[in-house]
Amino acid sequence: MSSSQSKGFVDLSARKRVEILLDRGSMHELLSPFDKVTSPWLEKQGIVPQFDDGVVVAKGTIGAKSTVIAAIEGSFQGGSLGEVGGAKIAGLLELALEENKKGNPTAAVLLLESGGVRLQEANLGLGAIAEIQAGIVELRTYQPVVGVITGPVGCFGGMSIAAGLCSYLIMTREGRLGLNGPQVIEQEAGIDEYDSRNRDLIWGLTGGTQRFATGLADVLVDDDVDAMCKAVQGCLAKGVPAHHRSDEILGSLENLLKVDTSKQITADVAYQILTGVAKNDDK
Amino acid sequence: MQTIDLTRPGRTEFLSPVLVGCVGSGDLEVLIESAPEPVASISIKTSVVGSEVRWQQIVDAVDTDLELPAMKMSIHDFGATPGVIRLRMEQALELARKQEVPA
Repeated sequence: MSSSQSKGFVDLSARKRVEILLDRGSMHELLSPFDKVTSPWLEKQGIVPQFDDGVVVAKGTIGAKSTVIAAIEGSFQGGSLGEVGGAKIAGLLELALEENKKGNPTAAVLLLESGGVRLQEANLGLGAIAEIQAGIVELRTYQPVVGVITGPVGCFGGMSIAAGLCSYLIMTREGRLGLNGPQVIEQEAGIDEYDSRNRDLIWGLTGGTQRFATGLADVLVDDDVDAMCKAVQGCLAKGVPAHHRSDEILGSLENLLKVDTSKQITADVAYQILTGVAKNDDK
Repeated sequence: MQTIDLTRPGRTEFLSPVLVGCVGSGDLEVLIESAPEPVASISIKTSVVGSEVRWQQIVDAVDTDLELPAMKMSIHDFGATPGVIRLRMEQALELARKQEVPA
């Protein structure tokens, strides 16, 4: 698929993203759209389903190493995870875990383009996300679990916690990572607190550049297919990290206490709290 | 949401299973599988209620241009315009016909 021409990664569909990251011809999709396992809940609520429920899961190789890969399609229902899509990812992680226990090293790559739980499937989606998180935590002790957030949807809600649990996290400048999405915060806290249409504020706080600068993401890549393939391969080659970011809870709690909630937080203040140094003028 | 089922006579030919598109805003997904009977059966789930006549017209137009094969076509539509629908149907048919017969 790859050509010598520079080609964007963000514009690709979930299935194309998977195909392009895996070694050529190695992709074996599990529960493909032709199996037609759609959400049993959306139609009952008058919402048109999708044949793969917005999630592509596959086995294959990356750099000749056995890897499982899941990609959420951000264009379908905001990349929300319901019962079927969630179970597909959870089952895929379980499959990788079994392989590792049998002595076949199998890593995982998760393309997390998700608004979090699908509200129409509420508890079933939440349950699936909990299973995904448990799966990541167990699998990452055997082989790296690499999370990728590229945009345009970003990664929010329960899936942002899943992203935080990954061994390594790759982001693009367009990607965003946050527990609550901007519109949710605006709705709950008011537009004075957080204006979801203020792009500078939103990307300044939750965008890939800031997440990388403050150590919450490991790699910042351009929106380019070749750069993305290299970044994923690089993370997989690093193996299991000595420390996982999510183990450093005490440091994160300390940082939270430094936040002055009486003032509107800015990207610079967040940077200073998370890194301990004041931000210099932009290059 | 509305479900519409349409059938037309279909020419028996080799088809590869294909899927194109996505159930995103203003888009649709079209899935084609081969069928043993000489019938093109088209099953549509659309978010646009009351669009049955429009779908019949689109299917007839595509049939006139491309002559529908014997197949099972399944469509999930999320408010696509007639132009987009036609493009997706034609794209799916082209891909289903293009891939060579497996050895």
